[in-house]
Amino acid sequence: MKIGIGEKFVNYVILSIFALFAIIPLIGVLFSSVLPPAKNDGGFHVPTTFAFGNYAAAWTQGRFGTYMFSSILVTVSVVVLTVLLSVLAGFAFARLDFPGSNIIFFVLLAGLMLPAEAFIIPLYFNLRGAGLTNTYASLILPQTAQSLAFGVFWMRNQFRTFPSDVIEAARLDGASDLRLLWQIIVPPTTPSIMTMCVLVSMWTWNEFLTPLIMITDDSKRTAPLGLAFFQGAHLTSYSLLSAAGVIVALPIVILYFLLQKRFINGMVGGISSR
Amino acid sequence: MSTRTNAAPPAGTVDARARRSRQGIAARPAGTASRRARRGRRDLKGYLYVLPAFALFAVFLGVPTLQTLQYSFYDWDGISQATSAGLSNYVGVVTDTALSSAFVHAAVLMIFYSAIPVVLALALTLIVSRAHALRGMSFFRTVLFLPQVIASVVVASIWVSIYSQNGLFNEILRAVGLGDLAKVWLGDYGTALIAIGFVGTWLNIGLCLVLFVSGVGNIQPELFEAARLDGAGPVREFFGITLPALRGQIAVALTLTVVSALKTFDLVYITTRGGPGDSTTVPAFEAYNRAFNQGQVGSAAAVAVVLTIVIIIVTALINLLQPKDVE
Repeated sequence: MKIGIGEKFVNYVILSIFALFAIIPLIGVLFSSVLPPAKNDGGFHVPTTFAFGNYAAAWTQGRFGTYMFSSILVTVSVVVLTVLLSVLAGFAFARLDFPGSNIIFFVLLAGLMLPAEAFIIPLYFNLRGAGLTNTYASLILPQTAQSLAFGVFWMRNQFRTFPSDVIEAARLDGASDLRLLWQIIVPPTTPSIMTMCVLVSMWTWNEFLTPLIMITDDSKRTAPLGLAFFQGAHLTSYSLLSAAGVIVALPIVILYFLLQKRFINGMVGGISSR
Repeated sequence: MSTRTNAAPPAGTVDARARRSRQGIAARPAGTASRRARRGRRDLKGYLYVLPAFALFAVFLGVPTLQTLQYSFYDWDGISQATSAGLSNYVGVVTDTALSSAFVHAAVLMIFYSAIPVVLALALTLIVSRAHALRGMSFFRTVLFLPQVIASVVVASIWVSIYSQNGLFNEILRAVGLGDLAKVWLGDYGTALIAIGFVGTWLNIGLCLVLFVSGVGNIQPELFEAARLDGAGPVREFFGITLPALRGQIAVALTLTVVSALKTFDLVYITTRGGPGDSTTVPAFEAYNRAFNQGQVGSAAAVAVVLTIVIIIVTALINLLQPKDVE
């Protein structure tokens, strides 16, 4: 399709306006994070000198070393558990035939509709009763459960479209179900598993409500929770707050720039063809 | 800022579809019955594969959800003995103005999170309907989508400074000669809720635009050529071809944005804690606050149940827009 020069121009103008709208607040926080604190009144200022020391100050004052460690530990655990359990369950739902599989699947699927508010209140009291609040487990297990609704559904759909003749051939060769799954089915499915990994990483890293409720011990706070407390204590230290915000957002933003196709396809393409 | 629940089930995913077409394989796997006939056995070990996922799901999500329902019929402060409350917690959702106004606020947020981005993005799609073929579109897609992946806590703290006395928002007003209007937008009864809503608009407009532009890219060019041969103008083309073809994308955009408006919590918690007064409380914040700060666990559970039901109904209604599955 040919696009005329005039139409092209209009398109670029409109897209640029909205791209600017999306990015100016983010550029503002980047600028603010390197402004000398004395000069930062919270406004939008292009820095003339770069106070990179803000990052070091925010990192130590905000104890972000500790928080980032918690976030990494929790995120990696949730992703690994989600992948393992989703692959196993997704395989069974797609390829094995057992009574009640549809009902179990739809129960899991219902989890996709539930907001965290639907279960978090009793979950807190249950975990408190079991002495599990204020532990990494109280972050990892509930968030894995939340990711599983999506993960199982996602993997089942990937496995359903896997060529049946390949599976039948492997079965005739005497491959056990487990070998069939890990050696024949999983390797070509890696791209879809990666999509699931980046989405689950993003959800877990950015999660705020679960750690807010489960964690009271400062040393186990995740990065977003740490930022919330840091913000409460430094309401007008805009330079430090901005640097802290960049620190917290950066890991997922880097992942996004590296794997943006997976992010966008997973969040948008996947759903749109429901 | 999309969250894991309501990431909405993806059926024929992009990856799957690509693989399917590459290998020329029938889309739909054999039905349960025929599969069973072909294989001639039932795999009871299927349960073993499903058990770990199901157990975790049941313990940490399924059972607590049922308990929320149970809690909602009790008066409980979280510590002492719970007493039966009948339906009073649900009556409270309607009669307690703090709660009913929280739901009204959520409805206002839906306008900013959902209606404005979707309508505006559709209008823009009318103009940039062929942008998907533009050089540099992937750059725009990346930038427009970027707000979605930033932690909501960070988004909130960015906007706190934008709305502050010397922040970007007031700077712009002063620059265009409206400096008299400058104020701390999140601290004002009249503007705090709208200010929060506008953050939602900022978050979601790019998402909708990316969704619609790529949706137009999927429409067969022959349709437009045929319409043009029939002498259709751009407006008739939009309403005759583009809009109907985008039904799926519109449904997705509505689901994601409406649900994110209803679930708003992080933004309110960081920016206003429901204030000033209770001008920015929302259901998720009320549920949290009542359960964990005010010792009204039963009432909090009732709010959570109502919120969940509202989300399920709204999602189901939007789903009616979806074109029927052609798989």
